[in-house]
Amino acid sequence: MAIHSVVCVKQVPDTTQVRIDPDTGSLIRQGIPSVINPFDLHAVEAALKFREEQGGSITAVSMGPPQAEETLRKVLGFGVDRAILLTDRAFAGADTLATTHALAAAIRKIAAAEPVDLVICGKQSIDGDTGQVGPGLAHRLGMSQVTYICGLEGIDPEAGVIRAWRQLEKGREQLEAKLPAALTITETCNHIRYASLPDLIAAADKPVEVWTVDDIEVDRTKLGLKGSPTRVNKIFAPPVRERGEVLVAAESSAADAAAKIMDRLTEQGLEMGLAG
Amino acid sequence: MNTATNTPTPGRFDAIVVGGGPAGLAAAYTLAAGGAHVVVIERGDWPGSKNMMGGLIFSQPTAQVIPEFWKEAPLERHVTRREMWLTTGESVLKAAYESTDFGAEPYNSFTVYRSRFDKWLAEQARAKGAVIITETLVEDLLMEGNRVVGVRTGRPQGDLEADVVILAEGVNPFLAEKAGLSRGLKAESLAIAVKEVLALPREKVEDRFNLEEGTGAAYEIVGEITNGIPGTGFIYTNRDTVSIGVGVILKDMVDRAGEAYALLERFKAQPQVRRLIQGASPREYSAHLIPEGGYRGMPKLYGNGVLVVGDAAGMVNAAFTEGANLALLSGRMAAQTVLKARDCGSFEALTLSHYGELLKKSVIMKDLKTFEKMTPFLSSHPHFFSIYPELASAVVKELLTVDSLSKADKMHLIIKLVKSQRPTRKYLKDLYDGWRAFS
Ligand SMILES: Cc1cc2nc3c(=O)[nH]c(=O)nc-3n(C[C@H](O)[C@H](O)[C@H](O)COP(=O)(O)OP(=O)(O)OC[C@H]3O[C@@H](n4cnc5c(N)ncnc54)[C@H](O)[C@@H]3O)c2cc1C
Repeated sequence: MAIHSVVCVKQVPDTTQVRIDPDTGSLIRQGIPSVINPFDLHAVEAALKFREEQGGSITAVSMGPPQAEETLRKVLGFGVDRAILLTDRAFAGADTLATTHALAAAIRKIAAAEPVDLVICGKQSIDGDTGQVGPGLAHRLGMSQVTYICGLEGIDPEAGVIRAWRQLEKGREQLEAKLPAALTITETCNHIRYASLPDLIAAADKPVEVWTVDDIEVDRTKLGLKGSPTRVNKIFAPPVRERGEVLVAAESSAADAAAKIMDRLTEQGLEMGLAG
Repeated sequence: MNTATNTPTPGRFDAIVVGGGPAGLAAAYTLAAGGAHVVVIERGDWPGSKNMMGGLIFSQPTAQVIPEFWKEAPLERHVTRREMWLTTGESVLKAAYESTDFGAEPYNSFTVYRSRFDKWLAEQARAKGAVIITETLVEDLLMEGNRVVGVRTGRPQGDLEADVVILAEGVNPFLAEKAGLSRGLKAESLAIAVKEVLALPREKVEDRFNLEEGTGAAYEIVGEITNGIPGTGFIYTNRDTVSIGVGVILKDMVDRAGEAYALLERFKAQPQVRRLIQGASPREYSAHLIPEGGYRGMPKLYGNGVLVVGDAAGMVNAAFTEGANLALLSGRMAAQTVLKARDCGSFEALTLSHYGELLKKSVIMKDLKTFEKMTPFLSSHPHFFSIYPELASAVVKELLTVDSLSKADKMHLIIKLVKSQRPTRKYLKDLYDGWRAFS
């Protein structure tokens, strides 16, 4: 089964060189070199591995300013088959919500020409750190969603599923998801290869296709700053959540379990607004 | 070997350029523009990422490679004033040249950040059709007998062949040594430079250096700041930063157990310098070697299937802190030679000797010859960096101090002062040595 993967990559400021303005406390982005989001390289590596195992092709997509072409050039150097840059003023200032609208529209167009089996993202971008784009794409494209993948067992072409390990706050979880699927990849999932010289040279002749808002079918009010409801008040790392109580279904009937859940919720003083 | 075949193998490169600095990129640009299939292999993340200099890019030689580059290249300021300072611990004697001519096209020189300028040069070469490969180290040359036939990189399937390899690897000519062209680095013909980029708001830069908007200044400073070690300090103004550094001859520094970083601190503490950079916050710190062996330190410039350009060929004019311009021009001449060699289908040393001819006729070799004895001269005359600045300063101070001494008495005093520093015959010898070294 040939697998067509779409890898989403983003150009980010090299945070190893980011400085903070001591007066305003904000990031000084000026003069800071841009790099490819490091987690996205792991997404590319995952796609290369699938192609090696199953055959098929890889398309890389990036939404960003014209300079983001550099990032796509770098990805082509790894042997990615096709690269598309989504760039337009209409996309500027997008939060993760607006970003998923633009990327999903682009992926739909890519899929119209060649069906897409996998959408692969890095687990998060190092400048925004939200980790929302992968799940957002899964939702918009109606794909299964597997986030924070720390290990890939591979694709079972017969069953049309992918088997993977997810990194949880405590421990790992193994699961199987139906294709097509959207994945987000962590840095422990694989080792990024050192691209071969012939691949690098071949990449020099490959074009980076540029798509503007006119090239995709999308509701323009959902793009860019206009389509971005996010307002940042404060930035912090969320505390690790404690594992909740687990009710093992096999040990009791469904009705018992439901009753127990209701008890727990009312105990905690939760108003149950039952819809009529 | 059949060298006269003119039918190119598809995908095969005519030329491989090792190193994406000004020398390599000028070569690649010229080759690609001439229709040759060329690849540049650079170890840094991007061309320029590893490169640093003061630094001034001189307009005229750069425009020979890329006409009217100032219209598009990422430049900081165009320099309208150059100053030479002779310093002692507390005083400065300055010579300045300023011209409005320098402020109009084609300009005289520009301050640049190499990390941006080199990257831009690479983009220009790519636009002409050159292939730029980064993050790739060339580890060795592929040889057939005494003929260079390609390079070995650290990449998987990393061997690459071409008709000719241009070595533009910079100050440490490790591959030129492998090709049997260079004898490697020598401490006495190397200078070490350390540099800091200090952030200062644009208006402050223009205020303190007395500049009109967008114009820049470049200062070269000699004297007490290098603590008696032959070398110079420099200050260049960028848009909203100042580059400040010192370069000294490596061997003399090591012999005197000096430390480059300590010299830079000493330089920054010099009262007149301190005033210029007060309150500026450090942005980056870097150190780099400069080949100052001059004409005598140069390697063989070509062999079978190979040419050496820029710093790798020792092409730096230490007297005028020129290097990038020589790198650009030599890269261009090497490319012109390869284009010619391509026409006649031979890349033997004999054909490539055309490069030597072009260089000999050019300003590069003429200047390098003129200053060939300079570095050894300064090494053997370190008092040029201590006694003479002190003396010059003392003389001027005496002349400018209005006190109860008559002018005639002052002249006597000055003559006494001069005599007390060195016996007359030593002055004469310095004069003679200096005349010998520079004529
Ligand atoms: C502090 C300082 C101030 C200076 N000021 C001036 C000035 O004001 N004006 C001026 O004209 N000149 C100045 N120079 C000199 C100037 O910087 C050099 O002469 C010039 O950079 C030489 O260019 P190049 O291309 O030969 O070498 P470089 O610029 O050194 O480029 C060599 C390139 O080759 C790459 N490389 C090396 N080995 C390998 C390998 N094995 N595989 C792959 N890549 C490799 C390196 O990463 C590098 O990018 C200054 C130098 C210094 C250090």
